[in-house]
Amino acid sequence: MDINTFSAYSYFFLIIFLVVGSYSYIYHLYKNRKDASGVDYEHYSNMALKDDIGDAPVKPMPDEKKK
Amino acid sequence: MENRPLEYDYTVAKMFMLTTIVLGIVGMSIGVFIAFELAYPGLNTIFGKTIAEYTAFGRLRPLHTDSVAFGFTVSGIFATWFYVGQRVLKVSMAESKFLMFIGKLQFWLYVAGVAAAVVSLFMGYTSSKEYAEFEWPIDIAIVVVWVLWGVSIFGLIGIRREKSLYISIWYYIATFLGVAMLYLFNNMEVPTMLATSPIGETGIGSWMHSVSMYAGTNDALVQWWYGHNAVAFVFTVPIIAMIYYFLPKESGQAIYSYKLSLLSFWGLMFVYLWAGGHHLLYSTVPDWVQTMGSIFSIVLILPSWGSAINMLLTMKGEWQQVAASPLIKFMVLASTFYMFSTLEGPIQAIKSVNAIAHFTNWIPGHVHDGTLGWVGFMIIASLFHMAPRVFKRELYSKGLMAAQFWIQTLGIVLYFTSMWISGITQGMMWRAHDEFGNLAYSFMDTVNVLHPYYALRGLGGIFYLTGFLMFAYNIYKTMSARPVEESELQNASPMGA
Ligand code: HEM
Ligand code: HEM
Repeated sequence: MDINTFSAYSYFFLIIFLVVGSYSYIYHLYKNRKDASGVDYEHYSNMALKDDIGDAPVKPMPDEKKK
Repeated sequence: MENRPLEYDYTVAKMFMLTTIVLGIVGMSIGVFIAFELAYPGLNTIFGKTIAEYTAFGRLRPLHTDSVAFGFTVSGIFATWFYVGQRVLKVSMAESKFLMFIGKLQFWLYVAGVAAAVVSLFMGYTSSKEYAEFEWPIDIAIVVVWVLWGVSIFGLIGIRREKSLYISIWYYIATFLGVAMLYLFNNMEVPTMLATSPIGETGIGSWMHSVSMYAGTNDALVQWWYGHNAVAFVFTVPIIAMIYYFLPKESGQAIYSYKLSLLSFWGLMFVYLWAGGHHLLYSTVPDWVQTMGSIFSIVLILPSWGSAINMLLTMKGEWQQVAASPLIKFMVLASTFYMFSTLEGPIQAIKSVNAIAHFTNWIPGHVHDGTLGWVGFMIIASLFHMAPRVFKRELYSKGLMAAQFWIQTLGIVLYFTSMWISGITQGMMWRAHDEFGNLAYSFMDTVNVLHPYYALRGLGGIFYLTGFLMFAYNIYKTMSARPVEESELQNASPMGA
């Protein structure tokens, strides 16, 4: 197999891989709705909406929680 | 430390707001001048024949592109980062003397770099690569500024209270990484002083002149991989970072779909890097690179529109805000222009269309509906949103802001419509031929036909610049004229106040 054939095949399979990858990502996002830590993805918008320094973080840093 | 309530510290943000405005005025004034030079070439000697060298189109054009891209836009990116970054990470720069120092150092080095770039470009030092004209000493300074910005980004992330990174932060990080990679690879260059001639002479070159490490077609490939992704990581990615923060914040609406924002992020990151080939259609680069460039350009519509539609839908059910607030108008029109140029671009990337469009005025037309409508409007809107908060004063004049919006919109419309018509006219005239295959028109024929459109574009530029001066005045008055409010304005919006 010369370099051109090789790159053509790898290019093709890369595309297939990425298409499958991105569709699985879509499926994953919409099926689970929440990420691994149990926060609904949509709640992350509050990081912008409630961003005063005194507002409670959507997901605090572990050491902050203890305080 | 806990005696005084902790507040966000906007010192560095304010400094970069200043350079955004100053360099915006400089860059756009030069833009207007060169636009009129194309319509009235006599302007070249308007300041006298002795300095005609410095007022020539060729000398000024890179000054325009570099001062609007690396001056106005990059300052706007820094200014908004030093504002948005603190807020969504919920950490103040006042909490770290180190980050404060780095921020200020970054600013002053940036100013020094800009000064060196302006002077050297005026003097005619250039590496002749578009958007990468700076000679190597300035490139090194730019790399240092960029590294300092990286320290700021990751330093602030390191001391954050909010564990997750808001989507805007993703985009800022992508800007940082993307530009770092592109800039380094495209600016690999060797001062000609170090070169040896074919017959063995040394030391005949110059320290202030360099040549690219790549040659011929390879150089073109690297250059447009860079050039196109400069569009991606300077004119698109960080501007999306801005709109994902400022539009929800200004309108009080949560992003329509946070999931969609994550998806479009990865889509954009993957697809953009492969599309650069569309700048080299019908050139000497391999055919498959060109085809790949075209195809990825079409695919690029998806993630681009993903973000833009997400923004427009954020305003769902809230359209009265668009009618009521010029600030929201700026942002909604910005995302509309984003959709517009990301549809126009893929169309131009189709080979048969590009055969007509390439080298014509349609390309600057496309460039400026993107940069004036999307980049310019979004940066202006961000600064309008920030001004009352960082200066702790109410905005000087909402009426002036509304007037600015309409004047600039008119300017953009004049700009791109005139360039469309003249671009397509130009493309058609160049390829027209008679039955024997002789060209139907000479180059001068096209110049004569295009003259009125060039003049109209210049007029559009005057409108846009006028609006920008109104903006500068409005911000200046905001920071100086009104009395200081007791505390940071709580009520989010300058329009709501
Ligand atoms: C007052 C507004 C402006 C005017 C009148 C103006 C005018 C011009 C002119 C006459 C050119 C040269 C076109 C040619 O070579 O045929 C140009 C190029 C360019 N301008 Fe502007 N400009 C303005 C604002 C801006 C802004 C705000 C940006 C970016 C944020 C920008 C980015 C560019 C770029 C990237 C190019 C190079 C385009 C290419 O190579 O095809 N301009 N502009
Ligand atoms: C889906 C997105 C886009 C695609 C596929 C695209 C495609 C293109 C194409 C085909 C060209 C012409 C190349 C030539 O024939 O010379 C071009 C030029 C250009 N576009 Fe886009 N475009 C897109 C979005 C944008 C946006 C959003 C901006 C800016 C805000 C932008 C800025 C530019 C600039 C500055 C150039 C001129 C480069 C030069 O020759 O100096 N593009 N684009």
